[in-house]
Amino acid sequence: MGHIILENVKKRFGEVTVIPPLDLEINDGEFVVFVGPSGCGKSTLLRLIAGLEDVTGGRIIIDGKDATSVPPARRGLAMVFQSYALYPHMSVRKNIAFPLRMARLERAEIDRRVKAAAEVLNLTDYLDRRPGQLSGGQRQRVAIGRAIVREPAAFLFDEPLSNLDAALRVGMRLEISELHKRLETTMIYVTHDQVEAMTMADKIVVLRAGNIEQVGSPLELYRNPRNLFVAGFIGSPKMNLINGSIAAQHGAETIGIRPEHIFASSEGGEWHGKVSVSEHLGSDTFFHVTCDGIPEPVTVRVGGEVDLHYGDDIWLTPDPNHLHRFDTQGLRVA
Amino acid sequence: MATQHSRSAARLMLAPAVVLLLGWMLVPLTLTLYLSFKKYLPLRGDSLQNGLEWVGFENYARFISSSAFWPSVQATLIIVGGVLLITVVLGVLLAILLDQPIWGQGIVRLFVIAPFFVMPTVSALVWKNMLMDPINGIFAHLWRFFGATPVSWLSDASVQSIILIVSWQWLPFATLILLTAIQSLDSEQLEAAEMDGASPLARFFYIVLPHLSRAITIVILIQTIFLLSIFAEIFVTTGGSFGTRTLTYLIFQRVVDSQNIGLGSAGGVYAIILANIVAIFLMRIVGKNLDR
Ligand SMILES: Nc1ncnc2c1ncn2[C@@H]1O[C@H](COP(=O)(O)OP(=O)(O)OP(=O)(O)O)[C@@H](O)[C@H]1O
Ligand SMILES: [Mg+2]
Repeated sequence: MGHIILENVKKRFGEVTVIPPLDLEINDGEFVVFVGPSGCGKSTLLRLIAGLEDVTGGRIIIDGKDATSVPPARRGLAMVFQSYALYPHMSVRKNIAFPLRMARLERAEIDRRVKAAAEVLNLTDYLDRRPGQLSGGQRQRVAIGRAIVREPAAFLFDEPLSNLDAALRVGMRLEISELHKRLETTMIYVTHDQVEAMTMADKIVVLRAGNIEQVGSPLELYRNPRNLFVAGFIGSPKMNLINGSIAAQHGAETIGIRPEHIFASSEGGEWHGKVSVSEHLGSDTFFHVTCDGIPEPVTVRVGGEVDLHYGDDIWLTPDPNHLHRFDTQGLRVA
Repeated sequence: MATQHSRSAARLMLAPAVVLLLGWMLVPLTLTLYLSFKKYLPLRGDSLQNGLEWVGFENYARFISSSAFWPSVQATLIIVGGVLLITVVLGVLLAILLDQPIWGQGIVRLFVIAPFFVMPTVSALVWKNMLMDPINGIFAHLWRFFGATPVSWLSDASVQSIILIVSWQWLPFATLILLTAIQSLDSEQLEAAEMDGASPLARFFYIVLPHLSRAITIVILIQTIFLLSIFAEIFVTTGGSFGTRTLTYLIFQRVVDSQNIGLGSAGGVYAIILANIVAIFLMRIVGKNLDR
């Protein structure tokens, strides 16, 4: 249960093509994350899968059956919205029970499932409150509760954590991951936060303007980005991308090197530069270095506390094993 | 209103409005109360200059014991209730309709709102002479076209006709308020309900209607205030006959037709009491929607 195939799926809003024909397979039990810049069509793709938007062309196959024209309620998918979309006039209990009531389940069965969901999500004490009387994190959990009682074939999340503060986000991230481990249900998760993508996903789908740029596990994307866009999008801080004569020395149009793959020294190395801004995070320090012959500042990670200041001389040496080379089309060169 | 300073500033700024409102309400109210205890028949030579005779509760007793009193209360309640029912039900449906993206939305909305800008007297005249006239009215022509005998609306179905006319006038108000309420409904809630397996009808009853409850409450409360005192529509159409004599209209007849100002004032006080009973009743039923 929860095997979804998109075949040639296309979406146009009037004259605007948001999703050009696109193919994607999501396996049963997978945690798939859609990432991409704002406006690239992540939500639209998710809503197409949910059935809240009609496809302009192509087919959506869920568990072997063509679901392209099946109404959303009968696709067996549950969605958690960015705004949570809780029903404000109903108690938490009624909110969670709503899909079951709509399915005309028996009272006792409804109560049993609501109780079970509330226990899993630590909501037992809040069952009689209204959504307006809950904190953001609790509301989020109610929305998830409303999704899990239906025992869907797959969960769809549209940026579920973007309204939470940083600390809560980390907590909820773990909870959703745990939930996935426990339920082993397919989850499709939209975000533009790449930390969420890296930490939660089995498979990341990087989208740009409706096109799939690359599909792969987080580490695959990190190690072998297929093109410049993915290289720049995955990883934090961003990969340094360097053009010009230095790239030519390595036989490429552009080279990419991640901040954590550059060795910094105050004595000597391959590239000479001066420290401009330094960001001390405690465990790590990031230096932005203005190098001779490189127009953009180069970001470099240095472990722990390093005594270098604004304007100091610094030498950088990229690790040749982690150097990414791209050709004129921006595609990776092996 | 957090600080002492802003609180007292707020009070100071509210003061003129409060004084004005109090004067506006209190002067007529006291005058009505005062006159209701006096014998005041201007045609018989009573006047404020000569001093009026104190008659105690005689006016009250006479007003309530008149055979027209209870029927008038009943007519008032039926008309108010009927108009509320029609405007709220049709208002909700129209608001949902107008919320759909349709061609020429702006024009359609303008047309729906238009009746509200027609003066009650004018609209009552139009209804009476153009639509409901048993010989020349459009309805009469329509009835004859289908081979039926035209109905003389204002005498045979007088209360229903009044309800129809007044509903037509107040429907735009209800629609407008309910439309803004519907537009504030988060579309993701409807989508969530759709995914949860709610049919369109279930979505209406479980999501849309509860969302509208506050707006419906406001429509009911505001309309009741105005509907209790409708006058022109009755004056122009039936003149209070055929069971359409509301309390307001009865008071008018007592003051103007029988030139008994004391008796009319006593009726006015009854009208205030009736309005308050209705208001308390409504607040009990629907008012709890407001403090959410
Ligand atoms: N109903 C619509 N009508 C017309 N255009 C739309 C509609 N919905 C979305 N779009 C367009 O489709 C594109 C993709 O929108 P979508 O909401 O999928 O982006 P997104 O990737 O989810 O972005 P974000 O990260 O900001 O949520 C946008 O350019 C948007 O303007
Ligand atoms: Mg989105």
